Amino acid sequence: MKNPNAVRRRSTRIERFCLGPYSAWAVLFIVVPLLFVAYYAFTDNSFHFTTANITRFFTATSSVTDETGAAREVHTYLLIFGRSLKLAVISTVLCLLMGYPAAYIIARAPARTQKIMITLIMIPMWMNFLIRTYAWMTILQDTGILNSFLSALHLRRVHIIGTESAVVIGMVYDYFPYMILPIYSVMAKMDLKLLEAARDLGCNGFGVLRRVIWPLSLPGVISGVTMVLIPSISTFYISQKLGNGKFYLIGDAIEGQYVANNLHFAAAIAFILMVILLAAMAFMQRGANKKAMA
Amino acid sequence: MKMKPLSKVYTALVLLFLFAPILILLVFSFNQSKSLSVFSGFTLYWYRELFRDAETLKAVRNTLLLAVSSSLLATAMGTAAAVGIHRLRSKYLRAALDTVTNIPMINPDIITGISLMLMFVFVGRLFGAATSLNFATMLIAHITFSLPYVILQVLPKLQQMDKALPEAAMDLGCTPLRAFWKVEIPEILPGVLTGLIMAFTLSLDDFVISYFTAGNGFQTLPIRIYNMTKKTVTPKMYALATIIFFVILALLLISNLSDDDTDRKLKAAREKRKAKRAAAG
Amino acid sequence: MNKIIELKNVTKSFDGQVVLDNINLYIYDNEFLTLLGPSGCGKTTTLRIIAGFETADEGDVIFMGENINAVPPHKRNVNTVFQRYALFPHLNVFENVAFPLREKRVPKAEIESRVTEMLHLVALTGFEKRSVTSLSGGQQQRVAIARALVNNPKVLLLDEPLAALDLKLRKDMQQELKKIQKATGITFIFVTHDQEEALSMSDTVVVMSEGRIQQIGTPVDIYNEPKNAFVADFIGESNILDGVMLDDRKVSFAGHVFDCVDTGFGKRTPVDVVVRPEDVDIVPEAKGMLRGVVTAVTFLGVYYEIIVDIKGFKWMIQTTDFVDVDEHIGLSIEPDAIHIMAKSEYSGMFGDYSSFSMEMDEIGELEEEQLEELGELVDPDEPAEAPAAESETDA
Repeated sequence: MKNPNAVRRRSTRIERFCLGPYSAWAVLFIVVPLLFVAYYAFTDNSFHFTTANITRFFTATSSVTDETGAAREVHTYLLIFGRSLKLAVISTVLCLLMGYPAAYIIARAPARTQKIMITLIMIPMWMNFLIRTYAWMTILQDTGILNSFLSALHLRRVHIIGTESAVVIGMVYDYFPYMILPIYSVMAKMDLKLLEAARDLGCNGFGVLRRVIWPLSLPGVISGVTMVLIPSISTFYISQKLGNGKFYLIGDAIEGQYVANNLHFAAAIAFILMVILLAAMAFMQRGANKKAMA
Repeated sequence: MKMKPLSKVYTALVLLFLFAPILILLVFSFNQSKSLSVFSGFTLYWYRELFRDAETLKAVRNTLLLAVSSSLLATAMGTAAAVGIHRLRSKYLRAALDTVTNIPMINPDIITGISLMLMFVFVGRLFGAATSLNFATMLIAHITFSLPYVILQVLPKLQQMDKALPEAAMDLGCTPLRAFWKVEIPEILPGVLTGLIMAFTLSLDDFVISYFTAGNGFQTLPIRIYNMTKKTVTPKMYALATIIFFVILALLLISNLSDDDTDRKLKAAREKRKAKRAAAG
Repeated sequence: MNKIIELKNVTKSFDGQVVLDNINLYIYDNEFLTLLGPSGCGKTTTLRIIAGFETADEGDVIFMGENINAVPPHKRNVNTVFQRYALFPHLNVFENVAFPLREKRVPKAEIESRVTEMLHLVALTGFEKRSVTSLSGGQQQRVAIARALVNNPKVLLLDEPLAALDLKLRKDMQQELKKIQKATGITFIFVTHDQEEALSMSDTVVVMSEGRIQQIGTPVDIYNEPKNAFVADFIGESNILDGVMLDDRKVSFAGHVFDCVDTGFGKRTPVDVVVRPEDVDIVPEAKGMLRGVVTAVTFLGVYYEIIVDIKGFKWMIQTTDFVDVDEHIGLSIEPDAIHIMAKSEYSGMFGDYSSFSMEMDEIGELEEEQLEELGELVDPDEPAEAPAAESETDA
């Protein structure tokens, strides 16, 4: 006689009840909208198939005047994308350089100090990024705090607002906590005995860092880098406020097209951005896996 | 372990970098003049102005309404989803669900926002609606980007749980459903609460996705701030920032203090026990 | 005695791998029965099928005369003590024990008295309000037992309940479990891989290997009359040799014809011969039935364990007389110290001590997962048992 699998059947029913709503939601509001991005990207205003939007991204040109005043033809969106990439990479590297030692110091501090420090680092993160960005605008303005501080010290005033540096400062400030936190959480879990073992086996201080701490903290670094790089490459507010609108980034381009109601071209830019980010992430993931295998 | 002097200096610099801009906003929210560089005298004028600003107050109400409803719904659905995913036997289905769950977290906010907006607009046009973006579309958007965070908080709690616990409950007379309520839910409750808080704060703080999915009529606080900073800014903005800062500070302190409190209580109990044992011996 | 549980032709496989192969087992009312075997032998699966957490692919589970194949765990009158206790961390000691009673909506006053009684039984009076996570392993174990017993189950299932305790505590808990079983009269089904534990506690021992029952019997039977080479090797130390039953009470092995007490194998039948290490007497070489050279001596406190090479086969002998390495000695074996077993699939796999060392013995007791971790340490070219098997089959 075959046994009726009563228990098994009951648990499948619970599964279905639990997963049903979420699966439907995920398909309807995560997967389908992404398909809509592709659909809009490859159609014109009357929803006929076209590659014009994509082509426009790669071929549209405009003339810009450089510092010498000479006019120059450039590929508008390729230039914007290149600039976004450059500023995002610079910001990410700065965040990493600043955040890695900070995360290390915090992870080695007494437990109570660790808790306080992490709370302190999270406070600005919880403040809205619009406010954070705006605060820097008031600081960096030509008539702002920084310059009044400098002139009080009889130092030369600096012009930062409206430069790429200002945009980078804004990005670093806004996304800095996202770099520290994942690195910290990996480092806090690191077994101190490993460091002692490395010392015992003849590593000097730098050797311990290079051969033990760094490889072990790599997962945190990768997640920190992703968490800073992605929002800074796609941001659209920072450059408008701190760059005085002179340094259009890819996010500004999408927002601009949305505001101008060019939904199909906005979708095309978003589509291209998404494809590039996905490819980059797959590449990074493979790199990380290879490292883990070796 | 003590911190070395160099480490102390470095951490101090990092904290200065993080807090200087906020402190400046805070100070200048009490400034009599509109200047952002010269402090000309203390006033509460900007705070009074802020509380007279009906639009901002309405935005605060909207934000809270949206955050409460979206976080509750996301937590309910996300917790159920985590339970379902945890019990899923099929590896492929699980991998597919994991991938989809990850999308809103890896995708830039702007793409999540745009993608939802495009769908809402398209569906709205199908039904001939003039404006398809409203509170409902925003609610959907907020639930969508909160869900992965809830799942990510609950799933590890399920995985850490001793698999024998629900079995023990059934062994002692619970139906599978009762075993779930009486044993699994209490075990994963901390994760569910953390997920709820995360969903709530993410919703409060979100600007980018809200910006693309908000209709004209429904303004949340971040969108209000965006609109305020578009024009020339009055220190009213700073007053708002200061209030937000202190609310966050208070929330964090409360949650930390209550943690410390339980720590202290545990320690005290342990010491009492030790003293008793010593007295008995 | 009444049969309380019967397993009839129970078969179970996971992902195509057979873990239980046609199990037939009777469990009587009031007995302390132990399922004994190495990890992966199917003992825990058997227990889980009785508890209702797994359903058999084929076969029937009969409980007090009724088929309970389709009865879910919460409706079965059996309770389980889990391996790592599975106490509910969000409930205190009292509430853990009260859990099944609250589930049954027993009146408050009765819950109070029954839980108190149970906690008294397991010597945890005064611990009611304590959090279960603050208890020691032994105390948690007692809570788990109290919780499983409070419902007055007909049968208590214990899944390696003592595995996580240290040796001293384990010995105490063995005594206590036996006492509780006697006091309550509840049938205990106990799962363990520890043969000493099984022998010292049980009324009946069921030895399992590879999803099949190898032998069912009292501890004395299992030790003295093992049915095959697997059981002989798994329970205690044994020298297992190839032999030929020449006639009733006459057996030839190791190049010598011995008198023995076994009959009924027929004439000139190949058999396995078991001689326990403590049953061999050391005599001067000239007087020995067998002669050999001592290759290793280990002092173990009460006795010496020596390895003797007899024509290439290494014997283990336990003796209180000191002999030295390289000494030539004679061995003498009484007829009743020789146990004859029919040939089985396990013949030739066990019972030669040629690669014996204390270390290997310890590794053998580790869990499988740990073994995998240790895999790199053990030289793969020299597995502990395989060469012995080869040399024996060749001989």
